[in-house]
Order: sequence, then structure tokens, then C-alpha cells
Amino acid sequence: MSRSLILGAFLSSLVLLAALVSFVWTPYDYAALNIPDKLQPPSAQHWFGTDHFGRDMFSMIMVGARTSIAVALVAVGIGMALGVPLGLAAAARKGSWLDELIMRGNDLVFAFPSLVIAILITAVLGAGAINAIIAIGIFNIPVFARITRGAALSLWESEFILAARVSGKGAARISAEHILPNVANLLIVQGTIQFSLGILAEAGLSYVGLGAQPPTPSWGRMLADAQTMFSFAPHLALIPGLAIIVTVLGLNLLGDGLRDWLDPRIRVARA
Amino acid sequence: MFQWGDIYMTKQTFRSFASVLAVSASLFGTQVFAKSDITIAMQLEPPHLDPTSAAAQAIDSVVYTNIFEGLTRFMGDGSVVPGLAESWEISDDGTVYTFKLHDGVTFHDGTTMDAEDVKFSLDRARSEDSANAQKALFAGIESIEVVDPLTVKVTLSEPNGNFLFNLAWGDAVIVAPESIENIKTNPVGTGAFTFGEWVQGDSITLNRNPDYWGNQPALETATFKFISDPTAAFAAMMAEDIDVFDNFPAPENLPQFEADPRFQVLVGSTEGETILSTNNKMPPFDDIQVRQALAHAIDRQAIIDGAMFGYGTPIGTHFAPHNPAYVDLTGKSAYDPKKAAQMLADAGYADGIQTTLHLPPPSYARRGGEIVAAQLAEVGITAEIINVEWAQWLETVFKGKDFGLTIVSHTEPMDIGIYARPDYYFQYDSTDFQALMDTLNSTTDPEERTRLLGEAQRLISTDYVNGYLFQLAKLGVAKAGVQGLWKNAPTAAIDLTQISWSE
Repeated sequence: MSRSLILGAFLSSLVLLAALVSFVWTPYDYAALNIPDKLQPPSAQHWFGTDHFGRDMFSMIMVGARTSIAVALVAVGIGMALGVPLGLAAAARKGSWLDELIMRGNDLVFAFPSLVIAILITAVLGAGAINAIIAIGIFNIPVFARITRGAALSLWESEFILAARVSGKGAARISAEHILPNVANLLIVQGTIQFSLGILAEAGLSYVGLGAQPPTPSWGRMLADAQTMFSFAPHLALIPGLAIIVTVLGLNLLGDGLRDWLDPRIRVARA
Repeated sequence: MFQWGDIYMTKQTFRSFASVLAVSASLFGTQVFAKSDITIAMQLEPPHLDPTSAAAQAIDSVVYTNIFEGLTRFMGDGSVVPGLAESWEISDDGTVYTFKLHDGVTFHDGTTMDAEDVKFSLDRARSEDSANAQKALFAGIESIEVVDPLTVKVTLSEPNGNFLFNLAWGDAVIVAPESIENIKTNPVGTGAFTFGEWVQGDSITLNRNPDYWGNQPALETATFKFISDPTAAFAAMMAEDIDVFDNFPAPENLPQFEADPRFQVLVGSTEGETILSTNNKMPPFDDIQVRQALAHAIDRQAIIDGAMFGYGTPIGTHFAPHNPAYVDLTGKSAYDPKKAAQMLADAGYADGIQTTLHLPPPSYARRGGEIVAAQLAEVGITAEIINVEWAQWLETVFKGKDFGLTIVSHTEPMDIGIYARPDYYFQYDSTDFQALMDTLNSTTDPEERTRLLGEAQRLISTDYVNGYLFQLAKLGVAKAGVQGLWKNAPTAAIDLTQISWSE
């Protein structure tokens, strides 16, 4: 196992742990205002200090991790659930009108600047976590469709697929039984990367006020709220900023490490 | 044809030009000029520049008393003084006002301002198809008569003690029929400043009017810059790109300006009653018990400290505390969450209430809303926060009346009269209050008026129409050398005529 895989797994699980623990325990009620105690720097009572309403930043970061992960995870899930079958179908019917339709549709979605469209979608549907998920999810579909099709196309040329065809299996069954397991590691790696991009997109949307709505904490909105206070309470911006960096860095390292680890060619070369 | 003479001539010309430069350089070098231009930032850009056809405060901030003047005008302390009217006489029964106009007043396009223009302006404002945002100001006018070019007689249907005050509003300024067509993009008034240039999305420039009828202002040009983002506002101020920020959007940054000798901070009061507007027609808020519970659930001081960093005065009714007629009624809706929860239970809502809280962009609403929502949650009212832009707020809340709760600052001066309009967005329909306003409008005796205003304040406070939060502070930030700025905001205005730079 590579060092980047270990570090990535460590950082990612740290964030995941914080999110999971927040369901049962946070040091303070994340939504409880305590205005006399506002803007306190990090201390023994409040590990990450308090925000401009006197809320405990540590609790908010924990629950914020939950928001980020939930939004990014579901968005990647949408992308996979729709993108992978589309990619498999396009590869199975290579060159047909179906392939054309799917791939040109992909190009169309790719052609739009994703965050701007996400802002448009949330502005039309209304701000909120659910709409943020939909907006981010839509842009994950072509990513998975394309990568699945690419990998599947080369598999369709291989001999074991030919054997399966000779034995009379249909295209749908071959895709499900033979192609999908062989592109799974690629999808896991891409999923990790998309997951980190999803975290960033969620932070971006909530920064402009279109993500999860108050009182649900979200890292992006914490950053936005902290902007005017940076000069006298820098921890308000630094802490959610660091949380985003740690999460995205962790997921990217994890993705890189997983690719190296799962790729049979590199594994053979190492052995 | 090339000739030696040409070169000689050129040299000669060059030499004389150089000596002119030298002379002018020494002139400027020895003389010290006081700075005569200023850059003033405000948060919102006006949609257009006609104060008589829109409610947008940003219009008045730019044009009021600078470009356009009314018969009377507000001063920085809230007093009403003569404007274009030099003097007036009021008939004994209080229904006929005879205004004597200043002589020799011209509009910026050179046409003279006379009684015909006054009649035109007021008739336009009160006409059936008028787009005026404050038509109620002119409702009592029965007829306007031009006596001679400098005398106008206005007859009211009944006495109105507020009439001179009403005429001081930006909505009542005098415009000319000759220039009315393009007023929105090229405002032509009688003021001490003429309209210069409007760079959409960036700034508006005004220039001194050399033909102004009154005293010449100290400033030659003034630029209004529009900076909506609080972070950008802070950066621009710190970098000294702007000289004045009319109403600084981030109260949390004021201590830094106060500590910096380059700047001065002017903390005053606005006419903005910041309220938790409640939809009085929407169940369960049609029940006075629920509204009272709402009022007791709110901790005003926490909102002022948390959202406004301590700037703001608690209010218990829809009235400005700096007004002499103000009655302190905050005790009637003192913070008492236990009582609030009990009242909700008594009203049959022991299981709590679900509602919406629409929040427009300013920080008093967004931050204040988060605090209000948390406080309401403690007594069992779940208010779903919906952040909206102003356009959306006007559409759904103000026009559509599709809301449970919202937070907004009512910045018009002396606007308690809105409670007499049953179709106003919070839909308070009380015949008692409407009758009280009718009596008030026909009363001219100052003492009796004060008494009636007190009664009006008590009535809406007893009916718990809205949650009354605080009076919005005016937080002006300026470079240390700027003089003559309004500390308070009796109306939306940035009065350039009084502003100057100290040496």
C-alpha cells in the first residue's frame, strides 16, 4: 500500500468519523445560540472557538461534515446510478443511434460550466440541500457515462467477451455480468475523485447561499459568514476552510492511492 | 514643403508652451486648494433616478436635495424647513396653504421654476394614474391653484397637521413638464447639483450647479459608488478608495474604523423600524394569543448584539425612539419564553407551530432571522428560513402575501399609517386603528397629535400586530476630514450641500 493511500484513508475516515459521531454526540448543541459568548478563540471549553452567535464551532464543523458528505455522496450516487448504465448501453451498441444520443447528450452537459448551472438550478428550484444534490448529481452523470463507455469498449474486443457472446448471452447480460465487474475499480477511483469535487461544489453552493439552509451548518456558509470578520476573528474562516482542505486532500490522496493499488498492471510491476 | 523656418517656429512654439507650463506649475505649487470632490459609497444602486415614481430608497439617497427639491425639506436633525417655498400662510381652519415661492429659481435646463411647475408636480403625483409610491401623502389635496407665478394656493379637503412634513418627502419634489419625459435617466431639477454621468453598475456623478438659487455648496463634484458586498465595502474603505460610506453594511467592522485615526464613525438612527412582520390573516397568526406568544419569545437584546453587534435601539411598537411622541412599550412584549410557551399551549398549539421566515439580503434580516428562528424554536415554533433576494421578497411577501413571518426594516419616516391599510402585506385590519388615523390626520393641535400618536402606538402594540425588534442604526463611516454629514437619517438622503473637507 502506498503512503498516499494510507494518508488519504486516514484523513477521509477522520472526516467520516466526525460526521458519524455527530449523529449521536457533539460537544454542544450546534444550533444553540449563546450571544454573550460570541467570537471566542479556540480554548479548552470550545476547541475550535465560537462563531458570531456564540455557537460552538467544533460542533458545527462536525455537523457540517455530515452535510457535506451527505450532499456529495448522494450526488455521486445519482451520477453513478444513471451514468454507468448509460455508458454500458452506449458501449454495447457502439456506433448506433443510441450511442450517439447518449454521448452527444454527455457532451451537451459537459459543455455547460457546472457550478454556474448548479447555481441556476438551485436558484430556480429554490435553495436547499436537496436541490444542491440534484444540481451536483446531474453533472456527475456524464463523467461516469464516459468513463464506463471508454473502458467497456476495449473490453468488448476481448476474447472472454467473445466467448460469452458465442455462448449466447445477450448484450445486457454481458454488460452486467462481465463488463461491469471489470470496470468497477475504475469507477471506485473516479467515484472518490467525484466525491471530493462534490464536497467542493457543495461548499461553493452554500457559500453563495444556495446550499443547506440555516440552522443546518455547512462549511461553505460558515466561510461566507466569516468573511467580514476575518480581520478580528480569523478562526471563523480558517477552521471551515481547513476542514474543506483536509477533506478534499484526503479524498484525492485516497483516490490516487486506490488507483495505484487496484490497477493490476501497476500491482504486477511492483511485485 | 520642408523649410528651416518651420523648425524654428516649432521650437519657438515649444518654448512658449514650456514657459506656460512652468508658470502654471508654480501657480499650483504655491496655492493650496481644499479638496472639492468626494466619493460616497452606498450599498444599493438606484433602479432609475425619478424619486416621484418609485419607493427605492437609493433614488432619494442620490437625488434628494442634491438634484431635486420640494416646497419644504428635511434637515439632518429631522426638522422640516422651507425649501423652494420661501414662506407660507395657513388659513385659520387649516385647509388652505398659500405658498410663496423663491424668485429666480431655474431648472438645470434653464427653464424657470414657477407656480405652474408646482401645480404640475403635485397634480402629477396625486393623479389617478400616478406611479407615485407614496400617494397617501397627497390624498388630502382638493385643489391646487396658481395665484401668480410665485404664489400657489393648495386647498385640502380637511385640515392635515402633517401636510408640510408630507411635502418634504422625496416623493413630493418639484419637477418640470419640459423635462419629465426623460426624468428616469436624465433628472433635471432645481438643486445645487446637476446630473453628470451614470455608469450602470458602478457609479453616478453629480456636478455643482453654478446657477443655483441658494448658497453655493463647497463640493464641485460628487461620485456615488455602488458597493453591495460587505467584504468589498470594508476593503474599499480601508484602501481609501472611497471617502464616505453612507450606511456601512457590516457593523462588526466598525470598531476597526473607530480605532483608526484615518476614519470617523457616525452612529446615528434611521427611521427604520426593524420588525418581525407577521401575516395577520394567515392561521395561526390570525389569533392574537399566538402573536403575543411570538412577541414574548423574542429576546431583542440578543438580536441587537448578535446581528448588529450592539448597534440599534429596542422598540416595542412601530415608532422611532428619537421622535418626541415615542412611547416605550418594550415592556409589553418583554422576553419571557415560559410565558410564550404557555400562551401557545393555551391557544391550542401545545404541539408547536410550523411556519416560514422569509429573509431579504441585508444582514439585519439574515443574521437577525437566524437568531429569531432559534429563539422561536425554544418555545415550539418551527420557522423554516427561506433566504430571498429583494425582487423575490417583493413578489412573494409584499405583493403575494404568501408568508408566515418575515424580517424587514420599514425605513419611511413616520409610517405608522401603514397599519391603517388593511391590504398592506401584514394585513392588519382594525377599524379602531383606521378611525384613530382619520382623527389624527384631521388634527393640527400638536399636543393632541402627540396624544393620538401615543394611542396609535399602544393600539398596535396591544394587538401584537408584528414582532417589534429594534430601530435600525445608521452606521456612517467617513474619512476624518469630511464635515457636514448627516448623522441620523430622518429620510433617505445624502445631503451634499452641507458636505465639505476640513483643511
